[in-house]
Amino acid sequence: MKKSGSILFCGVGGQGILLASEITSFALIKAGLDVKKSEVHGMAQRGGSVVAHLRYGEKVYSPLIEPGTADIEVAFEMLESIRYLPYLQKKSRVIVNTQKILPAPVSTGLERYPEDLLDQLRQKGLDVFPVDAFAIARSAGETKAVNMVLVGALSVFLPVGEDIFLKVIGERVPERFLTANREAFLKGIDTIRKIQEVQ
Amino acid sequence: MKSRAELKEKVLLSGNEAIALGAYEAGVKVASAYPGTPSTEILENLCRYEGVYTEWAPNEKVALEVALGAAFAGVRALATMKHVGLNVAADPLFTSAYTGIRGGLVIVTADDPEMHSSQNEQDNRNYAFAAKVPMLEPSDASEAKEFIKTAYAISEEFDTPVLLRTTTRVAHVKGLTTAGEMQRSSVEPGIVKMPEKFVMLPAHARRRRIELEKRMERLRDFAEAFPENRIEWGDRKMGFITSGVSYLYVKEAFPEASVLKLGMVYPLPEKMIKAFSAGVKKLFIVEELDPFIELRVKAMGIKCLGKEVIPSMGELNTAIVRTSITGKQPKNLFEPVPIPLRPPNLCPGCPHRGIFHAISQLGVFVAGDIGCYTLAALKPLSAMDSCVCMGASIGTAFGMEKALGKDSLGKIVAVIGDSTFIHSGITGLIDIVYNRGFSTVVILDNRTTGMTGHQPNPSTGITITGDYSTVVDIEALCRAIGVKHVYTINPNDIEASRKVLKQEIERPEPSVIITKSPCVLLPEMKKRKDKPLYLIVSEKCTGCRTCLRIGCPAIEWVPLTPEEAKKLGYKEKQKGHSRINAVLCDGCGQCAPLCKFKAIVLAGEDDEKVR
Repeated sequence: MKKSGSILFCGVGGQGILLASEITSFALIKAGLDVKKSEVHGMAQRGGSVVAHLRYGEKVYSPLIEPGTADIEVAFEMLESIRYLPYLQKKSRVIVNTQKILPAPVSTGLERYPEDLLDQLRQKGLDVFPVDAFAIARSAGETKAVNMVLVGALSVFLPVGEDIFLKVIGERVPERFLTANREAFLKGIDTIRKIQEVQ
Repeated sequence: MKSRAELKEKVLLSGNEAIALGAYEAGVKVASAYPGTPSTEILENLCRYEGVYTEWAPNEKVALEVALGAAFAGVRALATMKHVGLNVAADPLFTSAYTGIRGGLVIVTADDPEMHSSQNEQDNRNYAFAAKVPMLEPSDASEAKEFIKTAYAISEEFDTPVLLRTTTRVAHVKGLTTAGEMQRSSVEPGIVKMPEKFVMLPAHARRRRIELEKRMERLRDFAEAFPENRIEWGDRKMGFITSGVSYLYVKEAFPEASVLKLGMVYPLPEKMIKAFSAGVKKLFIVEELDPFIELRVKAMGIKCLGKEVIPSMGELNTAIVRTSITGKQPKNLFEPVPIPLRPPNLCPGCPHRGIFHAISQLGVFVAGDIGCYTLAALKPLSAMDSCVCMGASIGTAFGMEKALGKDSLGKIVAVIGDSTFIHSGITGLIDIVYNRGFSTVVILDNRTTGMTGHQPNPSTGITITGDYSTVVDIEALCRAIGVKHVYTINPNDIEASRKVLKQEIERPEPSVIITKSPCVLLPEMKKRKDKPLYLIVSEKCTGCRTCLRIGCPAIEWVPLTPEEAKKLGYKEKQKGHSRINAVLCDGCGQCAPLCKFKAIVLAGEDDEKVR
């Protein structure tokens, strides 16, 4: 598996994107890689679109992903999966949480939420992995573990073993949520494996 | 408390976390700041280390004065702020360059190119030149930690405050960092009277002015040998002079090229720059925002390309640097798809929403200020007409009043947050009272500093470390200033708020209306168990959209086709109905009285009719 890469995390403020990108970073570091992760705080977090850039490799300079070079996009919300399209390339893998969170122009009735987002992504030739992370998190016993489901899904494509991820989750997640979060992570892996079998 | 053993191995730290660690390792004893993106997390992290006094100051000017006082007393001191904060602290900055210090003094300025969370994108390297203070600029977290320690050494060696500049992509980028050795200052803490150095009477200041020039001369020599100003020779066809995060973009876009990386951006190492430029065929200066390095290099008589090709607005990145230099556009990029925007919004249950909806009904000019509540300027509330800088709401409203005289009565209101009022609103209010104005000021007291991530402030009576302190009583303060009409209201009651607002805006005397309701994101508010839940009784909803005008994220519009409308028992021409998202609703109740048809009810009242 490629020892360097760029992962774009995107979604809506409050979805646990920063923790997901943090856990992924720790796992990559434990695997001996250099990591840079860029976030934006402040005004953008108030219900707005949130994005985090994670780059890893032997030595990483720029903290920002260049347009057209992201290897993987992890979208925590469907509409957000397509907002950052210019960062993607034909061979990008796109992990999409199929949850919808209505943005203000839609909830106030000015615009409609696009219905065909996954098809639009597929038509661009992208490798799309839809994940119903909310339902999976609920079945794991913790609806807040949506981010861990997606980390699990992402882990399939990274040069880091499942054991390392589980170790990091053990270190970072509070004891009382640990079982559910581990479960959510493993179910995330399974979801991708099943999609790959069909493909 | 963080144990240092934990940090022995490589850890992932943001630039701000690394600066906190570096300040701790440098033996900083006093640190003061006013929160501001992207600088806030420095103090939020430093306050967890043992043996460092940290505080949120009322504003950046006070923060720098506190740090300067600590330096006078012979300990290492730190003041941190966002770029515009340094405007507020510019007064002590310029003269502290004259007095110099005893213990080391470092001022961190966190600039925000691209204005991710700021009202302008000023380039604070210009302050280093204007105030005659050396400035260091790290490229990433690991350098930030080392540079702040170096900054203290420079400060004490040269008897000067030192500026350390970060930008958003240094402050909020996490990278691998290692804990280092603790430093000790050789300065003895204590009271030392040095009036010729510390009392800037003109006669003393003139002598210090000469010292300042001598110091700059010595600093210029220092810059030539400073190891963080370094030449990385590569292919000599192209050479780049760069600093900060721009260095990283250059290394990635042109890995083979020669680079002069400047760790100190003021003063510049002229000899080194001349030697570097002589060694390369074509010289480029790559820097974000102003042509700060470029102008100085050109003034040395050196031919180079800078802002002719590199944008002077917004952030740079690898692609911009590469494209600007080579002129070649990247190929086969996906075009952005037109989709609904997702602008930031006031949270569900935000108390600001209520008061701004009440204000918007009055049709007045709203002189606004800096905070979460600036988002009230956006649709559908559209309830703010100006926003300039911290505290400006009050002065600008009063200036409009004086310009228009009696005609402006009832037509203008100033709106300012609690922390912003303490920061720099108090003096504006004094101006209104003293100069016989009649302006009305609304102070939005949500018991915290919201936008920067919930820092306590003097009006909350809690310190940075969570200890209880004296509460600065805003109502008593306004009365003490001489405002006779001071009201405290509940902003979630929109109708009552509107009445008080109307009465006071029309009153030909100064008045202050304090809206008191805690931010819903405060931990104690999030944990509330008794949150009521509001629902929309669908069969009563006529689709009039009145409830949508407050722009609450929890109220959603469900569009209907004529067939769907008919099927649901509505008139065919009804275009849709509103719905409350139970996951998002925070139970503030602002929306319920807005519905003339009484379709918004508390959960449990009419549940079975809710869709």
